[in-house]
Amino acid sequence: MRIKSTLENYVFVLPAVLIFSIFYIVPFIWVFRYSLHDWDGILPIMTYIGLANFKEIIQDKIWWNSMLNAGYITLIALTFQNALAFLLAWACDREIRLKNFYRVIFFIPPVLSEVVVGLVWQWILDGNYGLLNNWLVHLGFSNLVRNWLSDPKTALTTVAIVHSWKGFGWGFLIFLAGLQTIPRELYEAARVDGANAWYCFRKVTIPLMIPVAVLVAILTVLGTMQAFVLIIAMTGGGPAYHTQVPVLRILASMRGSSRFGYACAQGLSFGLILIAISFIQYRFSKRARQV
Amino acid sequence: MRRLLSFFTICCLLLSSNVGCVPKKEAQKPTISVWHWMTDREAAFFELAKRYEAQTGVKVNFELYAPSDAYSQKVRAAAQGINLPDVFGVLGEKRDFASFIKAGHILDLTPCMEENSGSWKESFFSKALAINEFTEGNSYGVMPGIYGVPIDIMTIQMVYNKNLFKRLGLNPANPPVTFQEFLDIGKKISATNRGGSAVARESEGGKQAKMQGLVSGWGEVWMIDCFANNYAFNIMGKGKVLATIKGEVPYTDPDWIKVLSLFKDMQDSGVLASGIVTMVNKTAEQLFANDRAVFAFNGSWCVNVYKGMNPNMDYAAILPPKVSDKYPMMIWGGAGSSFMVNARSKNKEAAVRFLMWLTDRDQQAYLAEATNNLPANKNSLSKIPDILAQFARGMEFATHPSIWGVSEFSAVIEAFDKGIQSIIIGEKTPEQVAAEVQKIKERELARKRR
Amino acid sequence: MKTSVYYKTKRVTMNLLIHLFLITIAVTCLFPLVWMISSSLKTQEEIFRDTSLLPKVFHFENYYLAWMEGGFGRFFLNSIFYTASVVIGIVIVASLAAYAFSRLHFPGKNILFFIFIAAMMIPIPGSFVPLYILLNKLHLRNTALGYILAMINVGLSTSIFLLKTFFDKMPTELEDAARIDGCSKLGIWWNVALPLAKPVLAVVVVFNALTVWNEYVLALIIFDSRALMPLQVALMTFQGEFITRYPLLMAGLTITALPIIIIYLLMQKYIVKGVTAGAIVG
Repeated sequence: MRIKSTLENYVFVLPAVLIFSIFYIVPFIWVFRYSLHDWDGILPIMTYIGLANFKEIIQDKIWWNSMLNAGYITLIALTFQNALAFLLAWACDREIRLKNFYRVIFFIPPVLSEVVVGLVWQWILDGNYGLLNNWLVHLGFSNLVRNWLSDPKTALTTVAIVHSWKGFGWGFLIFLAGLQTIPRELYEAARVDGANAWYCFRKVTIPLMIPVAVLVAILTVLGTMQAFVLIIAMTGGGPAYHTQVPVLRILASMRGSSRFGYACAQGLSFGLILIAISFIQYRFSKRARQV
Repeated sequence: MRRLLSFFTICCLLLSSNVGCVPKKEAQKPTISVWHWMTDREAAFFELAKRYEAQTGVKVNFELYAPSDAYSQKVRAAAQGINLPDVFGVLGEKRDFASFIKAGHILDLTPCMEENSGSWKESFFSKALAINEFTEGNSYGVMPGIYGVPIDIMTIQMVYNKNLFKRLGLNPANPPVTFQEFLDIGKKISATNRGGSAVARESEGGKQAKMQGLVSGWGEVWMIDCFANNYAFNIMGKGKVLATIKGEVPYTDPDWIKVLSLFKDMQDSGVLASGIVTMVNKTAEQLFANDRAVFAFNGSWCVNVYKGMNPNMDYAAILPPKVSDKYPMMIWGGAGSSFMVNARSKNKEAAVRFLMWLTDRDQQAYLAEATNNLPANKNSLSKIPDILAQFARGMEFATHPSIWGVSEFSAVIEAFDKGIQSIIIGEKTPEQVAAEVQKIKERELARKRR
Repeated sequence: MKTSVYYKTKRVTMNLLIHLFLITIAVTCLFPLVWMISSSLKTQEEIFRDTSLLPKVFHFENYYLAWMEGGFGRFFLNSIFYTASVVIGIVIVASLAAYAFSRLHFPGKNILFFIFIAAMMIPIPGSFVPLYILLNKLHLRNTALGYILAMINVGLSTSIFLLKTFFDKMPTELEDAARIDGCSKLGIWWNVALPLAKPVLAVVVVFNALTVWNEYVLALIIFDSRALMPLQVALMTFQGEFITRYPLLMAGLTITALPIIIIYLLMQKYIVKGVTAGAIVG
């Protein structure tokens, strides 16, 4: 009887496990195999080199620089993007007009193709003919005019901001959903007790939103660390190495230097680091919840 | 539980019934499948396929997979799965081309080329064919021979806008010949932009547009490599450049530092467009086509692009202004796009015959006219517009990394090109970059010896 | 003493500031959309010369041209078919698995779940090569089924993660009641869990629909015949190797953006309204 029940339970996960095994696990094993070889992706023979690729990655300064860049973009996303998403969600949570209108508008950036986003923002940020510089000059701030995407000092931050702009829609949605589940009675009770708006926010909203914030944070980190399409469209990873990110390095190894094995090793190391980061985030969230 | 199973079976059946249907039995004449990435030529290819079928009854199936990055991945995946079409192109470096040949994917075309006392071979510009050729004793370990067929040629040169020249007070018939003249024009451009000269500024609804000097897709590092390499040939000659690649001459050699310093000089003189280090070539083309840049460094394909954006633009093509008279200025040129035949194809002979037809005089003339590209066939040059003819004349001074017989390590090339970007944005000096590049070169050489 | 006028003024000012804030952000979100549509109504030369948002002449024929030249008819249907199939597939497969991870017990449950989650975090570049060879061996390569299954896998881990998090927070009373009534496990899943999970399912639908709709690299690699290609591939026709035909590209992008916006409009009601108490909140 117990065995039958357990078998039934397995059937629930069977389709997922089947598809996953065929389309992820098997390729994963192959990719792991590739990472242990020196291979250009074309020749029928590969040379086994053991962990040499991984050793090389540890010393690859450009690789770690790209990690830092991705980390910087992710930091901006975690702070600027998610703060924006939360503020907007909070604003829309109140009883205001046009709430539904905003809900749709704020989700347009994630829906737009990266092609359009890249083109439009390039046009806005262009150093010579861009809209942004134009407005700055008109408003009298001509000393702020920069070549936003080509100046090594501003390129990475600019890219990070555009990336946040494209991504805040998801956070907005999830935060809004979270905020709307906080029972209104809690706010009423607090206000009856004489609490002002700030107190309500601190004692009611924030504690109940922490789990949501953690979910958003984890998804943000995973998504932003792996970003690359927008960056290719806006700066191509330049100038010099200032906007390089890990996925771009992997693509460069695969296509530019035809080092397929090395690229696979890079991908795997990157994955391990992401797992480590997510694990730390998860642990941190557990402790925050207990507070 | 049973419902679940039946549900899944029905789903699978429904889905698989949408699987592409099994093709009917082959007709007597073979169908040649061609995979290409050239979006701009799709219409022309279809037309040619129709003509070929009308003439010979053989169907040719052109399949477009764009953009070229995705095409490259598809070809490599198909190669692994031993699933290549009859005709395709190998994009990438000569090194990858060599790997494809060694893996047995590419047919050796030398016998067909030498047939009839080499009539097919002779119809091509020799430099176009050279890119598809592996010579005796090449460093890639490939049996010597001709393995691909060029279907067009291209050169990468400089163009200048005659209207903007007039606005600067320069004679449009006298483009800069020396590098110093080029730099001087840069200084003139900066002066005109800074000063209140109404001549250089245009007002567009309140916006003031600055005039840019040289635009080029230097965000795409290979273009930087091309430019730097041209001047390297001019300064130190082919021999020394190849010796450097072979590792016999270090990058810290004064001649190389001179090459790197050129970029600093250009940046200081103001002749480089602002933002050129992250510029994609398409943006550079837009800027030039909109009369916003005085110079552009681009390939002969730009003729078609500029025509679409600004058909009446008055411009001409020149060689990059030379630095030294000791060695000739060389530009990159040769085969634009090439096709290879799948060695495992069942329609090898038919495919080769099709390629012979495609590269014949009339078809090449048609392609050149339809897409404003330079034909690979020597005899098809009659009907091309004047500006294209200017590019064609550059073939005389053309070289290409694929014909040198040696390749530089990609890590070194990347460091070199990104180093130049650093020089342009003022982060590093030419000497620093040279030292860094040499370090990476030594590291790669050491690894190779292991 | 603070008068009611004070409070009223304070409220009005707050509302004004909030609206200002919202409108500013909304404008930045709308701007690319408007620019895209406006560019789609200009000609190639106009796009870069005339930078105003409102084109002087409305070239609606760009849409017709884009549709015809891009062969949108066939590709549009293909994309809809793939997106619908993948979304339905993921909803079923992921919710079954997530429910099992959340509510059922079997040996190896935690390890299995961990593996799924880890997959979310390890990108495997170069997986397109083994995937290609694998599909080839299974005779699924140039087929719709192969592509659909591969795409189901792409969104599987994240969807399972989202759904399991939801199921964990779901109150068990309804399930217990159903079990007492003699409902099978599958019945509980279908009749109790899924309806309660509508909001999260809506998120899963939007997320996966977006992923599949915008995908094209995998499609390009594993499909040979043009008849099977999705819409994004058609868009590439306008982004030539050397020449980008911007008006047609913009028209094509606008057409492509519409269905996704529609899906979002349909789903967003579920996502926000009635997210069950404790659904995502702790």
